[in-house]
Amino acid sequence: MNEQKTPLLEMRHIRKNFFGNQVLHDVNFILHEGEILGLVGENGAGKSTLMNILFAMDSIKNTGGYEGEMLIDGQVVNFESSLDALNQGIGMVHQEFSLIPDFTATENIVLNREPQKRSLFSDLFGDRMDVLDRAKMDEISKNAINRLGVPLESDMPVNQMPVGHKQFTEIARELSKDSGENAKKIRLLVLDEPTAVLSEKEAENLLTAMKKLSSEGVAIIFISHRLQEIIDVCDSIMVMRDGKIIQQVENKNVEINSIANWMVGREVAVKENTKRAFDYDKAPVDLSIKHLWVNMPGEVVRDVNIDVHKGEILGIGGLAGQGKLGIPNGVMGLYPAGGEVTFQGQPLKLNSPRFLLDSGLAFVSEDRRGVGLLLDESLEWNVSFGAMQVRDDFLKKFGPITWRDQEAIEEVTAKYIKDLEIRCTSSKQHAKELSGGNQQKICLAKAFAMNPKLLFVSEPTRGIDIGAKQLVLNTLRKYNQENGVTIVMISSELEELRSICDRIAIITDGKVHGILPASSPSSDFGLLMVGKGSDK
Amino acid sequence: MMNKIIDFVHKAGLPRIIIGLFLFALFVIAPFVGVKLDISLTNVMNRFGMNCVMVLAMVPMIHSGCGLNFGLPLGIISGLLGATLSIEMGFSGMVSFLMAIVFSTPFALLAGYGYGKLLNKVKGGEMMIATYVGFSSVAFMCMMWLLLPYRNPTMVWGYAGRGLRTTISTEGYYLHVLNDLLSLKFGGIVIPTGMFLFFALLAFLMWAFLHTKTGTAMTAVGSNPIFAKASGINVDAIRTLSVIMSTWLGAVGILVYEQSFGFIQLYMGPFYMALPAVSAILIGGASVNKASITNVIVGTFLFQGILTMTPSVMNSVVHTDISEVVRIIVSNGMILYALTRKSEVAR
Amino acid sequence: MKNLNISRAERLKRFVENNTVPILFVIICAIGIPLSGYSMNYLINEIFVRLSRNAFLILSLLIPIMAGMGLNFGMTLGAMAAEIGLIIICNLGVVGIPGMILAAIISTPISIFLGWMCGNLLNMAKGREMVTSYIIGFFVNGVYQLVVLYMMGSIIPIANSALVLSRGYGIRNTVNLTGIRKQLDGLIPLRIAGINIPIATLLVIALLCVFILWFRKTKLGQDMRAVGQDMEVARASGIKVERTRIISIIMSTVFAGYGMIIYLQNIGTLNTYNSHTQVGMFSIAALLVGGASVAKANIRNVFLGVVLFHLMFVISPMAGKNLIGEAQLGEYFRVFVSYGVITVSLVLYEVRKKRELSYEGDELAAEQKEDK
Repeated sequence: MNEQKTPLLEMRHIRKNFFGNQVLHDVNFILHEGEILGLVGENGAGKSTLMNILFAMDSIKNTGGYEGEMLIDGQVVNFESSLDALNQGIGMVHQEFSLIPDFTATENIVLNREPQKRSLFSDLFGDRMDVLDRAKMDEISKNAINRLGVPLESDMPVNQMPVGHKQFTEIARELSKDSGENAKKIRLLVLDEPTAVLSEKEAENLLTAMKKLSSEGVAIIFISHRLQEIIDVCDSIMVMRDGKIIQQVENKNVEINSIANWMVGREVAVKENTKRAFDYDKAPVDLSIKHLWVNMPGEVVRDVNIDVHKGEILGIGGLAGQGKLGIPNGVMGLYPAGGEVTFQGQPLKLNSPRFLLDSGLAFVSEDRRGVGLLLDESLEWNVSFGAMQVRDDFLKKFGPITWRDQEAIEEVTAKYIKDLEIRCTSSKQHAKELSGGNQQKICLAKAFAMNPKLLFVSEPTRGIDIGAKQLVLNTLRKYNQENGVTIVMISSELEELRSICDRIAIITDGKVHGILPASSPSSDFGLLMVGKGSDK
Repeated sequence: MMNKIIDFVHKAGLPRIIIGLFLFALFVIAPFVGVKLDISLTNVMNRFGMNCVMVLAMVPMIHSGCGLNFGLPLGIISGLLGATLSIEMGFSGMVSFLMAIVFSTPFALLAGYGYGKLLNKVKGGEMMIATYVGFSSVAFMCMMWLLLPYRNPTMVWGYAGRGLRTTISTEGYYLHVLNDLLSLKFGGIVIPTGMFLFFALLAFLMWAFLHTKTGTAMTAVGSNPIFAKASGINVDAIRTLSVIMSTWLGAVGILVYEQSFGFIQLYMGPFYMALPAVSAILIGGASVNKASITNVIVGTFLFQGILTMTPSVMNSVVHTDISEVVRIIVSNGMILYALTRKSEVAR
Repeated sequence: MKNLNISRAERLKRFVENNTVPILFVIICAIGIPLSGYSMNYLINEIFVRLSRNAFLILSLLIPIMAGMGLNFGMTLGAMAAEIGLIIICNLGVVGIPGMILAAIISTPISIFLGWMCGNLLNMAKGREMVTSYIIGFFVNGVYQLVVLYMMGSIIPIANSALVLSRGYGIRNTVNLTGIRKQLDGLIPLRIAGINIPIATLLVIALLCVFILWFRKTKLGQDMRAVGQDMEVARASGIKVERTRIISIIMSTVFAGYGMIIYLQNIGTLNTYNSHTQVGMFSIAALLVGGASVAKANIRNVFLGVVLFHLMFVISPMAGKNLIGEAQLGEYFRVFVSYGVITVSLVLYEVRKKRELSYEGDELAAEQKEDK
């Protein structure tokens, strides 16, 4: 890199907070023409926020903007919208495809930027009656595809393409955006996890295409969890953690291990008094999962084998999209699943929520509002419903009819409102009126009310404030200790898992990549998360 | 004070208040333009009693999240089969009415079961399909009314000796069996106590059902089907049950209607009967996925009240009967309002 | 690649599966034609009449389907606008082709307004456009009655007393359209082997077909297809989704209005309060019979649908009479079939949508089993 040249993009002292929560602290970096920058970090490290600032997304503007300055070609810029970014030659390919299924590659590449010819009706009814100029459309798309240098048929409908070609179509669309009248040539591409859905061969093709673009002077910010790819293709590597840039190094003799260390390597001393030594020899296996597969979109589980011991708290961690959420959702019958699961020696019938609940399993879903709660009903209903339906609690007989026992329901709700310090005006309040943290406590209360023998808790602290977080974690720990209930807790936050679990399993690519005691150094977990490290 | 009013308006919903005030105004104006209040009141009560069971038939399906029961004609047809069978057998009086319910029950259960299974296959598109299931079944029964071997001369066409007539009088069978039961007279006002009691019985049973374990599950299914599934509820079975209940109530509803109206209307008669019932419950404050017994009572009263009062008052004031137009605009406007409300779309 | 390996039997099965409804109708017609005892000549004549009468109306349904809004049950709005136009030209006494054109001109702003309103309401009810447009049809029917039955002759002056009810205001239940009866059909007369062919009407229909084909190539047409397939993706690419949807409904309403004028010039009398109520249902049924679905329809479906559906319609009363001695039965039968076919199409559409989803799931599951 020629350091004397004016950098293409420079960010200086970028800071951002969301409602008092500082998500970016003083971020500085420089990107040169034709440079491929690998951007690495755990979920929530601040990568997305940084990119959203670059593209002037509404989510940034509507929350009070950002501090610091952004320079393009040495000039301070203030983008009003992502269109301004585009006009500066900056394009982004998002993780989710944004393609029209029945349209061909060409039609998708030029979507809403189609070259047009005037028609008879244009003067009468306006520009939208222009006829599409198919020849020019083809030309633009072929140009873009050629620049990428990939085998992509421009006239194939997207829904018949392999997934890799869809990804290429997305990239080609960004490249083609410099064919507009006012737009500058595309100089910077941001690729967010482009290889996550690709096969190895396809990913290779993509990396080759990236190198080709870079040799033509296009700079690329490459966000990926696949560290090998980062090392293979990038000129420099930037690691983010907790809203800070931890490392920015040139890609020379960098090893995967060190990147992984930088990613997760915050060595917070776990409070000693919360640690306990769990005696695995005395605890029998409670839940045994063998060859589990789950078809949960975005969180596919391929082949999971894991034993959970009675009375332990097992943590399941891993990066988003690797399949950790699929495990509880599959076992509890919310998504189609297969494999052998036995609980206390009895085989479990999968895909039957009722059977699983009857067997004494319970689940606190990560999707509070969608799965966990009856938003339009009272807290009483939310707390008592599961136990009423599964265990016939809170019912009273009246002749041949079983009624809801309003008194018992009120009693149990009041008990949990008190025990879990749920803030509400009354137990008749509707669940949707509560804050996220209190909603989460209601979900826990619902599960506790069912007196489960084993409890799955999925992302229990997602989207709730710090105070509530600690309370939820303490509650779980206490529940486990006092009632001897086995808990399987799934979380994206490794430190949270380390603070209350006995062991932690890390899921990558739909499989258990390793299980370590919670006291292991966090760098070991980091290695497992990015697909490295020994299987234990 | 102002806050209280705003709160009340918010709770009761603006459309209901406007309609309520309109109805109130009609009652106030009525004596001044020469409309006899006692007759009007009797009419309103009578029509309320006639229609409220059919409006009640909306409740189970709304509760289970199947949406507004535009397929009510299916239940009505079961009722018509029961009615004609009971008359064919020659039962009379209260027995005739009760036998009609008994005979219509198996049809309602069967039709409701099939209809429920069908609606489970088309989750998300229930209302449009329900509408057309209703229409097709009415058209199908048109053929059946012609072909079924009914013999009772009060019901079949005199000249051909077969094929049911388009309207059949319930006189001599179960005309007014509920209306006249325990009916009270205050001056010119007649209260059809029997009809009210019958509705009260059904409404109580519905209320009680919603307080049982299964009833609770039904509400949960309508409120959040994924929550219900995660809680081990067989969502499809609950939905089917709700559709069966709605269909059976539709069947009973038409029988109550006929005993007061005096005629059984076959062929295209049941065709548009779903719409008034749907709009009545919506006027009563129900939404596409929430409904209560109170909604049924308030809605039927307001809707039927307007239908009864508008023509008599309007006739006296402007000598024009625009009640039909008012009915169409109010009822469909109400359904549109419910369908396009933002909160419901977000679900 | 896979398609090459499919055996002939499988291909036949797939063809039948994809064309269940048209095939069923071919069978009904094949059985019904001999039963009805009608001559071929008569039937062909009838088909031309029905084709010229209905095709334009049905074509008006295509554009909202393209924009992903399903079957536009609100097409009756256009029909009502056209009827108001026709009442006005009768009142003014404008006859012939100029009368038709004037009626079309009067109906256009009304259609645009109603279509705009309908489009806005449908944007508020995404995901249940069909049932909403269906109710809008009823609602506007009420407003239409208010205007035609109470305001015309009282607030809106109507000079032609033959139009007005004897009570002094409101339009009569039937309005004689003698002034424009068969004016378009007979404009270019052609008679081949005893069969009347309404060349001019067919030309107008052909013109609309050409327009629709051309429209698919315009920017607006492309935007509509994009919106129809995925609103969110279209929105992300900067297409104004709501506006595009409203335009599609407006176009459909305006064309439905023109179609209604063509329909009524063929029939010759306007049933003031009934003509429009049936038009939507029969047009939709015909389109579905032609093999269209809620999500996909083309011009071929329109013509195949008109021929098959109306053939069934013509023959069923006579077939019913000859079969059981009851013409009424045939009439009920055709009503049943009309509603039945819409029901079946709606159900198939929903079931297929679901099946496609679960198919994806099955594939994934199988793949994962192989992995193991």
